[in-house]
Amino acid sequence: MLPGPDGKSGTVVVQREGTRQVLDTPYAASHVRTDGTLQGSPVSQQQVADSFGTTLAALPARPTVFLLYFLAGKDELTPESNSDLQRILADMRARPVPDIVVTGHTDTVGNAESNDKLSMQRAERVKGFLTGIGIPQDRIQTAGRGERELIVQTADNIDEPRNRRVEINVR
Amino acid sequence: MRWISAALLSVFAAAAWANDVGQVKVTKGAVHVERDGARIPAVVGMPVREADRLVTGADGTIGVTFADNSLLSVGPNSTLAVDKFSFNASTHEGQFDASLQRGTLAVVSGKMVKQSPDAMRIRTPASILGVRGTEFVVKVADPGT
Repeated sequence: MLPGPDGKSGTVVVQREGTRQVLDTPYAASHVRTDGTLQGSPVSQQQVADSFGTTLAALPARPTVFLLYFLAGKDELTPESNSDLQRILADMRARPVPDIVVTGHTDTVGNAESNDKLSMQRAERVKGFLTGIGIPQDRIQTAGRGERELIVQTADNIDEPRNRRVEINVR
Repeated sequence: MRWISAALLSVFAAAAWANDVGQVKVTKGAVHVERDGARIPAVVGMPVREADRLVTGADGTIGVTFADNSLLSVGPNSTLAVDKFSFNASTHEGQFDASLQRGTLAVVSGKMVKQSPDAMRIRTPASILGVRGTEFVVKVADPGT
């Protein structure tokens, strides 16, 4: 077992014939002995690096979600998101053949129909940033979800900056 | 006739999509995919399908992402078979069975395991691993070691 980004490990259950071992701590390991029985004993970080370093180096980049926020009623980024943009584009550029889904959202100011349109404009704006660094159009799906998926639940016609966003899912 | 062939083409394109369960993102050295009896050199961007076998040479490694965001990488001198992969993007239910026949494997499990523990199983010649999450490595020792 390897520690995840939070330092904890998940769980794997190893089974062989009638026996099973539950591995649920970082560097817990199960070995099949030459007599066929399972032996549970942890391995060191160094042993993992020696046996699996080359293999682990070939793991693809982790799927990630990025958020960009927009000015009220517009398809223009907030100044903060504008400065995040370069970091996000650098991550995208480092991924070979990325699969990207760009989903636009709005707050509840305005009617549902105009918010559908605005959320799609926001998504298309972000798609433009991505194609601008050379990512092919056919690797990017866009969707506008209007005011259907609020991050902060509000009544209608509430100006809420955290709801005015585009989510970029990349794999 | 033109519209008929266009319609047929789009049907085939959709069918090809449905079979694709993952995509090659990383390759190094000698790697190929065995599919329907053919040996296809693995390249970045190539789709991975159910029943594919990923086979690496002494200098070969390959990294693949799957439709549920699972990540796998296979080390040198290894063979990994993708026995079964299904995933419902709405419910996140699915099943992922793979067999490491020789060599080394690294796994980061994805959305289906988060939804239903044990949705993913890795078989080795000596054992079965039921995966509840998240990151782990597997090695099949060479015979005689």
